[in-house]
Amino acid sequence: MTDKQRQNLINRVAVAFGWIAAILFFFPIFWMVLTSFKTENQAIAIPPLLFFEPTLENYTEIQERTNYSKFALNSIITAFGGTGLALLIAIPSAYSMAFNTGRWTKDILMWMLSTKMLPAVGVLMPIYLISQKLGMLDSKLALVIIYAMMNLPIVMLILFNYFREIPKEILEASRMDGTSTFNEIRQVVMPLAWGGIASTALLSIILCWNEAFWSIVLTTTEASTLTAFVASFQAPEGLFWAKVSAVSTLACAPIVIFGWLAQKQLVQGLTFGAVK
Amino acid sequence: MNPTLARWLQAPSIILLFIWMIVPLSLTIYFSTIRYNLLYPERTGFVGWDNYSFFATDPAFGPALVNTLILVGSVLIITVVLGLTVSILIDRPFRGRGIARVMLISPFFIMPTVSALVWKNMLMDPNNGLFAAFANAIGVTPIEWLQDMPLFSVIIMVSWQWTPFAILIFMTSLQSQDQEQKEAAMLDGAGFWSQFRNLTLPHLARPISIVILIQMIFHLAIFAEIFVTTSGGPGVQSTNLTYLIYIQSQQAFDVGVASAGGVFAIILANIVAIFLIRAVGKTLTV
Repeated sequence: MTDKQRQNLINRVAVAFGWIAAILFFFPIFWMVLTSFKTENQAIAIPPLLFFEPTLENYTEIQERTNYSKFALNSIITAFGGTGLALLIAIPSAYSMAFNTGRWTKDILMWMLSTKMLPAVGVLMPIYLISQKLGMLDSKLALVIIYAMMNLPIVMLILFNYFREIPKEILEASRMDGTSTFNEIRQVVMPLAWGGIASTALLSIILCWNEAFWSIVLTTTEASTLTAFVASFQAPEGLFWAKVSAVSTLACAPIVIFGWLAQKQLVQGLTFGAVK
Repeated sequence: MNPTLARWLQAPSIILLFIWMIVPLSLTIYFSTIRYNLLYPERTGFVGWDNYSFFATDPAFGPALVNTLILVGSVLIITVVLGLTVSILIDRPFRGRGIARVMLISPFFIMPTVSALVWKNMLMDPNNGLFAAFANAIGVTPIEWLQDMPLFSVIIMVSWQWTPFAILIFMTSLQSQDQEQKEAAMLDGAGFWSQFRNLTLPHLARPISIVILIQMIFHLAIFAEIFVTTSGGPGVQSTNLTYLIYIQSQQAFDVGVASAGGVFAIILANIVAIFLIRAVGKTLTV
């Protein structure tokens, strides 16, 4: 066998194993989606059914019989609200840091990142009691604020990296024309950094959407998000597998798609910019 | 931009984050030194280290600490080894690579509560689950996963979610590897292992350490998976530090003791954080 043939064989074997891994990892998701189209009896059938007549009844039933839409709306409000608030605070700050980098800029960014290391459970009691005192237990506003602060350091860091890639000459040119700072941000920086801002937002939305500590601890019924709603199905014996699967499929689909779209930014965001 | 304006623009994020950090942190430390139980509001006063010793002598504390370390350690080993293997396997051109990539990273985007329920019910259930069906098909008794090996079950679930994270990072990083160097090494007759040891591994050194550190931060705080599947049981077999503190606060209503536990968790996380911040700091060019 020549070297080339050998290399070819190695490649084929590697790819085959790669596919096996891909199928194994994806299987639980596939099975969940499949189960959501079964009847409850089919869902727990032994042996498990791979082929069956699909039904949409779970999807109609969770819309009619549960408050699914309310929780989905809560998830949308808290994820987008938290992200929006974080961006609102971060864009001017990151912009200013990127173009007026000072002696302390790096230390400030590192310190911001370090606040992210504070484990949620470490501040559980104060946050819980403060929310209680302010009448914000089970309120979406509390989650919006917490999510915004939780993601602010990551959002700052990624935006900082994006803004720094904008060539300074462009800004200087616009300054020569006497553009005000506000207009500079709006007319020059924003259009250039738009892609970066959008993908940062996407990452933040994903993190908020899947957040499952504060949403479980701080909400009961009114402000519960989908993560908390799904957690409430933990009832013993986990009845209603088909319906749980339908809820889960709906809850995960948008975020999985977001994730596929934002792969590259995710790598940057999740590694705090250390891997690009 | 003049410096004054720059300061005004930077101020909100710094001030807000500072408040977000310092207020809860000081309250946690303060609560941890006083008698504070929501069920007995009349009992007050400074107690010094009592809450700490109470938390540390709780019979569940030792197991919870050990469980936390086992959980974090096992998940790290599994995700890094599997992540490396898979990302090297698919680090070559082939048809459908995009699809394989998407399939491989998808579990990372599944809500933790959903992933916990899918594993608990549809896969691991000893009566109707898929694993039980397999076991029956080959004639062995199905394993009662959550009953007999609760911690291991949680490890499997978390690894399923986080191996894709490792794959995602390693895959991205491998793409920036110098291909010419690799080809040159191959022409020189370097085998797979020597290539891996001398080229790939050094190239991946930093991504690997970042993946390890970031996962540690997240895994020290694992909550939803345990909350949904085992509730820390049977007994305390799958209780980690986070879950133990949660129990103290939500079921015993003991703010003082829960806060002392919180301080433990903060210290543990900070030991990791110092290394992470350093690793990230090196890569941030200002």
